[in-house]
Amino acid sequence: MTKNINLTLKIWRQKGPEAAGTLETFEATDISTDMSFLEMLDVVNERLTLEGREPIAFDHDCREGICGTCGAVVNGRPHGPQKGTTLCQLHMRHFANGDTLVIEPWRARAFKVIKDLVVDRSALDKMIQVGGYISANTGGAPDANAIPIPQETADLAMDAAACIVCGACVAACPNASAMLFLGAKVSHLALLPQGKPEAARRAAAMVREMDQLGFGNCSNERECEAECPKEISIINIARLNREYLKARILSTVR
Amino acid sequence: MQLDAKIPGGPLAQKWDRHRFELKLVNPANKRKYDIIVVGTGLAGGAASASLAELGYNVKTFCIQDSPRRAHSIAAQGGINAAKNYTNEGDSIWRLFYDTVKGGDFRAREANVYRLAQISNNIIDQCVAQGVPFARDYGGLLANRSFGGAQVSRTFYDRGQTGQQLLLGAYSALMRQVGLGKVQMFPRREMLDLVVANGQARGIVVRNLITGQIETHAAHAVVLCTGGYGNVFFLSTNAMASNVSASFKAYKRGAYFANPCFTQIHPTCIPVHGTYQSKLTLMSESLRNDGRVWVPKKPGDNRAPQQIPEDERDYYLESKYPSFGNLVPRDVASRNAKEQCDMGKGVGETKLAVYLDFADAIKRDGREAIERKYGNLFQMYEKITGEDPYETPMMIYPAVHYTMGGLWVDYNLMSTIDGLFVLGEANFSDHGANRLGASALMQGLADGYFVIPYTIGGYLASTSFSSVTPDTAAFKDTAREASDRIEKLLRINGKRTVDDFHRQLGQIMWDYCGMARNNQGLEKARGMIQELRAEFWQNATVPGEEKDFNQSLERAGRVADFMEFAELMVIDALARQESCGGHFNEAYQTEENEARRDDENFCHVAAWSHSGPDKDPEFHKEPLIFENVELTQRSYK
Repeated sequence: MTKNINLTLKIWRQKGPEAAGTLETFEATDISTDMSFLEMLDVVNERLTLEGREPIAFDHDCREGICGTCGAVVNGRPHGPQKGTTLCQLHMRHFANGDTLVIEPWRARAFKVIKDLVVDRSALDKMIQVGGYISANTGGAPDANAIPIPQETADLAMDAAACIVCGACVAACPNASAMLFLGAKVSHLALLPQGKPEAARRAAAMVREMDQLGFGNCSNERECEAECPKEISIINIARLNREYLKARILSTVR
Repeated sequence: MQLDAKIPGGPLAQKWDRHRFELKLVNPANKRKYDIIVVGTGLAGGAASASLAELGYNVKTFCIQDSPRRAHSIAAQGGINAAKNYTNEGDSIWRLFYDTVKGGDFRAREANVYRLAQISNNIIDQCVAQGVPFARDYGGLLANRSFGGAQVSRTFYDRGQTGQQLLLGAYSALMRQVGLGKVQMFPRREMLDLVVANGQARGIVVRNLITGQIETHAAHAVVLCTGGYGNVFFLSTNAMASNVSASFKAYKRGAYFANPCFTQIHPTCIPVHGTYQSKLTLMSESLRNDGRVWVPKKPGDNRAPQQIPEDERDYYLESKYPSFGNLVPRDVASRNAKEQCDMGKGVGETKLAVYLDFADAIKRDGREAIERKYGNLFQMYEKITGEDPYETPMMIYPAVHYTMGGLWVDYNLMSTIDGLFVLGEANFSDHGANRLGASALMQGLADGYFVIPYTIGGYLASTSFSSVTPDTAAFKDTAREASDRIEKLLRINGKRTVDDFHRQLGQIMWDYCGMARNNQGLEKARGMIQELRAEFWQNATVPGEEKDFNQSLERAGRVADFMEFAELMVIDALARQESCGGHFNEAYQTEENEARRDDENFCHVAAWSHSGPDKDPEFHKEPLIFENVELTQRSYK
């Protein structure tokens, strides 16, 4: 049933990357439980605009849980309390009248705050640039059915490829590690026959880049898996470790 | 100006081969002397950037998102068509070509569509080589499913995330070129204007969305891959940032805008539920493979769906269109849903919805099989509505989804401005008046991987360029105009928010230029848009500062362009006195309420050129000549 609720929001406000930030309090009144979390923020921002105050900056785009643009930590949990849900798909029916919500940006050394809840996640693109691909120039591909791939393998690759690169795994990890993101990408490509020729070089280069970008190490806390909106499994981290070991011990890649 | 589509001569099946041979080539060693700007990083822009860089051109690529991987192509769910005929059902390049021309209600160019069908097979090969994990059968070969408007299964898919996986393929190829130093990537940049010097597109003006700085970039050619304009309706399935601004600025600089009134209303979306709603969510058309669309036979029947017995349900698509059933093309399915709701048979709280029921499919194939095919879609539905589609039928209603209109381009995908190429949804070229499902991904990738790499070479090799740098007057003047406009927006200081204006504009467009249109309503809408636009510039409020991360300012610029563009759509809809595909003028329908074309008078592309502020645009006609298919009344019975 649709109803309206009132909430107290404590939202991180920060003018820019170098400015100090602080939690500011807002009253969100008359919020329909059918709204998405971001629609609730829209309503708050419309009211701020009409009061002549600057709205809260937050990243968002597709609002259907696939682009990976949105995300904030709600009461200590990336993308809020619902399992397997991005912030844009989280609906207000999961909150109760009178709740207080603390809303913060992703916090990690590798993700600088740009403004309020908006962070710079370009480090994740940089990791892809050093090896998160299969080198196949346009034009030279053989027929798509030339290499049969067992359905199970294709499914496992797809499970890994479903990562939306929102960064929640990094925000959830006490070490701000990007191992789940990296594990998913390395797994997706290493599982497929097309990805094998570059597997060793890819694993070595991407791990090196991750370390240089200031992400922490994995210490098996499993927070990433628990908070991932696409429920990517940490099996992918195990696979990454195997690929990395194979690269460093069994291959000539350094 | 006489529009010359530059369609090569010779038989249809040989045009593209012949054209590729006739196009001049740029010597491999000379390619590095050319700079190319690509705006947008969806399937078209990502694929074009990567492919052009692989050839050796210097590419500068821009996107408004924080990462090129987030462009809205990512949200496409159901699949991508190709004429592989892996299923042995009798598919062929010719059949895909024919289905696409017919599905588009005979308002697309034969030569372009045929080329698209030819290229479709290369796309699947290329994507598999990149590691796109398409669905496969137990034997390890690729799986297919069917989509609307076709009687063969030719759609390749990655669960319900095909757009995401194809985009990740193009993005990974793009990232590889960034790593190799052949592409310079500029994320969080919004194109504010096109720079035209000596009649050639030579650069762009962008705003750095983090710092608010205006930047200028020069090149030998500009490739726009900036998507469609569905957000003119405020509520659509487009992403929040999708906008018409880049295309519209190009239009104002001399590019013609073709068929702007051709918009696609997708039949299976989650219905609207409140005024605060920010966007609509699509449920993939692939669901119509197994879901059955129905409404209660009796208007105003308020019983829960499970309590309505079989003989009191109207499976209206199955009874009206026995050969295509639930898989009729999108425009037909949408109009029929509207018709049922107009008769009072709509369901749900708002009565603006119909059921999409999986009970029979679950009984037939088991829950697991359905979960395997549509799991993520069912989950998405459940998250948004709080209802479980495994237990109770989905409720769906049509919503704005795609725009077939776009900047006019010739066979080389070049607009009426020399050196300005337009790819993907941003151009008008391949889908006529209605796009078939799983064809948008096909077109975006065809344009980016397999068309622009050849045609841009032909242009560069046959054009002489003077030296144009960001210091020249053309750049300085265009940049100044862009910052003047920003200042003007920030100075309005009125009392209504930009979103409030946008919502009202969207309502006007939905009511009068949506699923069904009539002349009286369109005339009225035109006046309403003009009034609203005047009020916008008097009474909008845009908080924040220019030289800062300012999302309100970003939106204000986009909505200001939608306010002007909306009128162009209405003008185009008024000029086209027929019904075809997504453009349904109530005065022109068959006895069975299907769109009635007027091939004698309207078998053409309507291309509009800008005539200056507050002046009516000028109309130009590109006649459509059909040499290979016979124009018939579309029938899906």
